[in-house]
Amino acid sequence: MRPLIFGMGRWRIAMLIVMTLGFCHAAADPGGSFADALARLKEAPLTEMGEAVDRLAETKDRGVAPVLRALLDGRLYYRKDDGRVVFGDPAEDGLALVDVLDGQALGIVGKFELKKIGINNALRTHLRETLGRLELAAEDAAQRLKAVEAMSKSLDEENLELLRARLDAETDAKVSEAIETALALADLSSNDKAARIAAINALRGSLNPDVLNRLNQLLDKDDAGQYLEPDSDVRHSAQVAVKSIESKLALYRAVETVFFGLSLGAVLVLASIGLAITFGVMGVINMAHGELMMLGAYTTYVVQRLMPGHLDISLFVAIPAAFLLSALVGIAIERGIIRFLYGRPLETLLATFGVSLFLQQLVRTIFSPLNRSVATPSWMSGSLEINGALSLTLNRFYILMFCLLVFAALLQVLKRSRIGLEVRAVAQNRAMAKAMGIPTERVDALTFGLGSGIAGVAGVALSQLTNVGPNLGQSYIVDSFMVVVFGGVGNLWGTLIGGFSLGIANKLLEPYAGAVLAKILMLVFIILFIQKRPRGLFPQKGRAAEA
Amino acid sequence: MVLGLLRKSAVDVPFLAVLAVITVLVPLSNLALPESSPLHLSTYTVTLVGKYLTYALLALAVDLVWGYCGILSLGHGAFFALGGYAMGMYLMRRIGDRGVYGNPVLPDFMVFLNWKELPWYWYGFDHFWFSLLVVALAPGLLAYVFGWFAFRSRVTGVHLSIITQALTYALMLAFFRNEMGFGGNNGLTDFKDILGFNLQSDGTRAALFAASALALMGAYAASRLVVESKLGRVVAAIRDDENRVRFLGYRVEQFKLWIFVFSAVLAGIAGALYVPQVGIINPSEFSPLNSLEIVIWVAVGGRGTLYGAVVGAILVNFAKTVFTGVLPEMWLFVLGAIFVLVTLLLPDGLTGLWRRKEQAA
Repeated sequence: MRPLIFGMGRWRIAMLIVMTLGFCHAAADPGGSFADALARLKEAPLTEMGEAVDRLAETKDRGVAPVLRALLDGRLYYRKDDGRVVFGDPAEDGLALVDVLDGQALGIVGKFELKKIGINNALRTHLRETLGRLELAAEDAAQRLKAVEAMSKSLDEENLELLRARLDAETDAKVSEAIETALALADLSSNDKAARIAAINALRGSLNPDVLNRLNQLLDKDDAGQYLEPDSDVRHSAQVAVKSIESKLALYRAVETVFFGLSLGAVLVLASIGLAITFGVMGVINMAHGELMMLGAYTTYVVQRLMPGHLDISLFVAIPAAFLLSALVGIAIERGIIRFLYGRPLETLLATFGVSLFLQQLVRTIFSPLNRSVATPSWMSGSLEINGALSLTLNRFYILMFCLLVFAALLQVLKRSRIGLEVRAVAQNRAMAKAMGIPTERVDALTFGLGSGIAGVAGVALSQLTNVGPNLGQSYIVDSFMVVVFGGVGNLWGTLIGGFSLGIANKLLEPYAGAVLAKILMLVFIILFIQKRPRGLFPQKGRAAEA
Repeated sequence: MVLGLLRKSAVDVPFLAVLAVITVLVPLSNLALPESSPLHLSTYTVTLVGKYLTYALLALAVDLVWGYCGILSLGHGAFFALGGYAMGMYLMRRIGDRGVYGNPVLPDFMVFLNWKELPWYWYGFDHFWFSLLVVALAPGLLAYVFGWFAFRSRVTGVHLSIITQALTYALMLAFFRNEMGFGGNNGLTDFKDILGFNLQSDGTRAALFAASALALMGAYAASRLVVESKLGRVVAAIRDDENRVRFLGYRVEQFKLWIFVFSAVLAGIAGALYVPQVGIINPSEFSPLNSLEIVIWVAVGGRGTLYGAVVGAILVNFAKTVFTGVLPEMWLFVLGAIFVLVTLLLPDGLTGLWRRKEQAA
């Protein structure tokens, strides 16, 4: 019973939207034929009502469908005093009225002030047909698709006739596919064996869950182990079709898993790519890296608070702001602490951990220890529906793209810019670089600033996926070190490939082992992997590796 | 011979003497003196100091590997917690049918999770001796397996630190799972007695304190013996130049492995003494932050001295008790500042200051 009510609710909402659209239209043309036809409908005796309905339908007004639907549901009334036609929905003491023509709410009145526009059974059938035709002929393809889907739930002769008629005129590929599926589903229960087999074969490519259910029903057995479906040829075709559908579904599921893995990998890469610079290129362990990401995430929060009306563009302000803030904090850490500890990596680790505790508590004091919610811009919410079985969430998709963008930009900076050249020179041979006149101290500070800034940018991306709280950084620090170590220290490509492969492997394991166990397995795997290849997937070669 | 070795370090004898005096006096002042006496120590204080002593033992274990062998382990909290869980399991079995559900076989959390029988790895924990064995064996075995893999393939420096951190992180995630059968999120708690003595009574508390102090003394003496032995010298040489020791013909990984395992066992014993005093063990003991804190105790006290680790652990934890009581939100600022300042300004820790003065004089 429940799903039915729920379904009705959905219809109501959809109708409300349609209604408001319709009213705008109607309001522009108040004395038009729609109003006349409506007036006729109100006055017509039951015998002439069919004709009145046709007249109304002929106006092709967008308000027609809601009116007919309301008539069918017994929600169409007119007021006894002024004869206005209204929708009436049950409210606490009486009926809540909405004017059909201009969409105005007219308050709540008692039942006795209204007259219901009544119908009989013959009219009901006529109404359904008209409504179906109307909805099937809607201009918006998505609306037509909805109408077809609604009809597929109750495939009687009338609906089938309508669908067949529509199929010839249909231009949208998705809608015609849905109609074909519906027709084939109907053919499954026909008496003609050839038609049934043809229908099964036609359904082979469908990803509609109803189709799989129906086909599986054909293969069901009764309690005695006998097939419910007597015809073995039909059963055989059904078996083939089910197999083909299931393998297709499995393929899409695999694609989806890979996508989830890639998006998790993108997060890992974003989190560890800054680390790859500070740890990989400079050999400095920065335990405060996660907190620099946290700063980026909080920057997003603050930017959104500062420009409340401009959610959609706030991210474009937050990205440079987060980069700058984190980079500045990073440079301060490097100048204030790390530069005194070069060549003592274990001490660097401890000191930067102290910084991370400090930053965490700072954020806790300023913003409270509770999580802050960062809103998602409208262009990032929703999902990309590829087909019935596969839909990709947009925010993850954008973050994947963003990750690749950041990676490419970073690679270009390191490869083509002056500072990139200097960074590589210092990483390869500090003494020689110094001898060639490179200001190594300045390069150190800038490198660290670059790595930290990227952490801040990663924080902006993370704020779109998880809660923004003081512990945001901590939860990523172990993971991102793992990615860098797995990929090979000092190798950006290693970080990229390491991050993506860990992400995908994690998501592949998850269905079998559960999220926590999958993570544990990954950690154990990396611990074992480092035993085999201590320098990661892509070790640095040559003299630099000895340093 | 023991005394001869101990005399080499001018600090050892007075240090052990102080510990011995504390071992006798603190329980005495709690049990023998009336509460009105100004010298009376409350049971709360005794337990608190007892907790510090187990932390000191843990710091000693970290100092052995970090200060003497140069292995910065960010996962010693895991060995501590494993020892604690082994003791916690014994204490759980002692509850018997006195739990909330009154089930004579299953601990409360298993009844709650609708488990029907005791998992096999809980067998044997009815016996105290078996639990003590596991207290040493579980951390020792984990350290052996982990160390064997890590040292054999020459994972060193920060890489080693990071994978030890990953180790304790993975264990934390694992112990958080209810399916593991170690009480999940809540861990093991609600203990009643140990060896038949009520855990809440003053006498048991005082005895646990004395046991912690004695364990610390024993571990200190044993560690001193180890680091002064030939093995200890080789270990210190590995810290200073691993490759050179290897080229001299020593099997570096064997030395590292044994000092690592020894240290892990000490950490496990510390955990086993910690749990009955605080009355709970849960997975947050595995958190990477805990392991990092241990390292900072050692750094504050001064590494590579043994007594520095003990002093550092007691001082930092005393500060923590004070701050979390008075200004809770300030503690992480203070801890962060300690991390930064000690590494920048006091590379030899507080005891290093004192040594420097002595050398200058």
